[in-house]
Amino acid sequence: MTAIALGLDRTVLELKMYSREKEAVFFSFLFPILLLALFSVIFSGQFGGKDTNGMTAGGYFLPGMLSAGVLLTSYQTMAMSVASERDDGTLKRLRATPMPPVAYFLGKVGLVATSSTVQVALLLLVARVFFGVHLPTTADRWAVFALVFTLGVFGGTVLGIAYSSMATSRTIGAVVIGPLLILQFISGVYIAFDSVPTWLQQIASLFPLKWIAQGMRSVFYPSSLASAEMAGSWETGRTALVLFAWAVGGLVLCVLTFKWFKRGTT
Amino acid sequence: MAEAISIRGLTKNYAGRNAVDGLDLDIHTGECFALLGPNGAGKTTTVEIAEGFRPRDAGEVRVLGVDPQGAGLHWRNRVGIVLQTTGGLDLLTPREALASTAKAYSDPRDVGDVLASVGLDDKADTRIVGLSGGQRRRLDVALGIVGRPELLFLDEPTTGFDPQARRDFWDLIRSLAAEGTTILLTTHYLDEAENLADRVGVIAAGRLLALDTPEALGGRSAVEATVSWEEDGIRRRMTTSTPTAEVARLAARMPDGEVPALTVTRPSLEDTYLAMIAPHVGNLGPDAHDAGQPRDTTEVPA
Repeated sequence: MTAIALGLDRTVLELKMYSREKEAVFFSFLFPILLLALFSVIFSGQFGGKDTNGMTAGGYFLPGMLSAGVLLTSYQTMAMSVASERDDGTLKRLRATPMPPVAYFLGKVGLVATSSTVQVALLLLVARVFFGVHLPTTADRWAVFALVFTLGVFGGTVLGIAYSSMATSRTIGAVVIGPLLILQFISGVYIAFDSVPTWLQQIASLFPLKWIAQGMRSVFYPSSLASAEMAGSWETGRTALVLFAWAVGGLVLCVLTFKWFKRGTT
Repeated sequence: MAEAISIRGLTKNYAGRNAVDGLDLDIHTGECFALLGPNGAGKTTTVEIAEGFRPRDAGEVRVLGVDPQGAGLHWRNRVGIVLQTTGGLDLLTPREALASTAKAYSDPRDVGDVLASVGLDDKADTRIVGLSGGQRRRLDVALGIVGRPELLFLDEPTTGFDPQARRDFWDLIRSLAAEGTTILLTTHYLDEAENLADRVGVIAAGRLLALDTPEALGGRSAVEATVSWEEDGIRRRMTTSTPTAEVARLAARMPDGEVPALTVTRPSLEDTYLAMIAPHVGNLGPDAHDAGQPRDTTEVPA
């Protein structure tokens, strides 16, 4: 079989394993959807008036939840699954077969592409149907959405695989989830970015999540809210550039640092 | 016929100590070879170098005519490796795991046949997380043989098995050997080596101590036998090179021609092996296991 065909087969296998892991399904796949529902219900009284530009709570939190979803299904899932596969010998077992290594990575990319696409579709559907969020109607907004989503998911995947080498399966939970949670709070995912202190905004700007969230806001928020951003505009070009740089950097890092065997063994 | 594995002057150094120290070893095509040795003797290191998982510091290694260090996927296609049980497949079924692995090989065995041969056909569609330790081990073997390898590496395959499971497992290995698969077995069980191996090699301190058939290892077939019996309420024993004649003489002496509690023994493979490695086990105290140095651990599968 060719590497592509094996990659497809690995994708199906990865999706089977992913969907059978109930904890993963809950904490990475359904989590942003549940949070969106929760926030929409809790904060529904504070939205809808003039000072919120007519936005509902659902509409306000949707970009943040989309951004969180992108990083949870790509970065967090990859970092944790690859670390445990390296630790428990799954990678060594694969290395012992004539499977071309690229098939393994294609399987991972296939898993993340599928799960994040379904997740985003569900998020949009829930936002539209249950919380009356108005989705964009212009092609250029959806084009920005596709760009931010694709670059975000790809970058998250390669960075997650690279990051998996930082810890063992015993510690990876804390090492991945902790920093990611902090990043979510300072990048405008759960808390409005303009209420984050400037120096924290500047730190957040070094990482891709802030740019994903900003890109998502530019797609789903009224144009008038661009003035509330750091630069006073959506910075779509810069967003694409930063996310592209992180994706390429992550890919290089991934290729340079990937190990099939855990530290201290082979 | 070309050797399946040919090792000359193999050396591997960890933290200033040679874990493998100028090892020479040939494994013939089609034989079942058992590599024995105490923990820390260099067994696992040697095997992992032959598997292409570890680089070596010096020496020549050819496995199926190819240097395993940096050997490509074409070589992997001809080699089967039975690794320690992993938890990474827990969420799949044996059939799913085998079918996916089989696709990587150019001429795989039929998945259903392999499941039947390891006795997992009734568990084929059960999640692997629900299998017993012995069933998981048989799945490990199934994963190692599904690619129809010419050469199979088996690392301590029956650790944690109950006696019946071990016998069943041995039958499986014998049938693979009968099909012409070359097998390199590492084990701590001397009866396993005796039952399965055409030849055994004993390795200690990174060198080959002895190499022979299980029957002749350490010259034990030529060693004097011990005849033991009871007479006048006392246990008596004698060593002799002519045990048959001695037993006949004893029988003639007994009033009813029956020698009470008679045994005739030669040193077992285990006795021979333990005597052979005894001088080397002394220098392998706890501090011989330096950090980062791989050990031949006896892991009981979960």
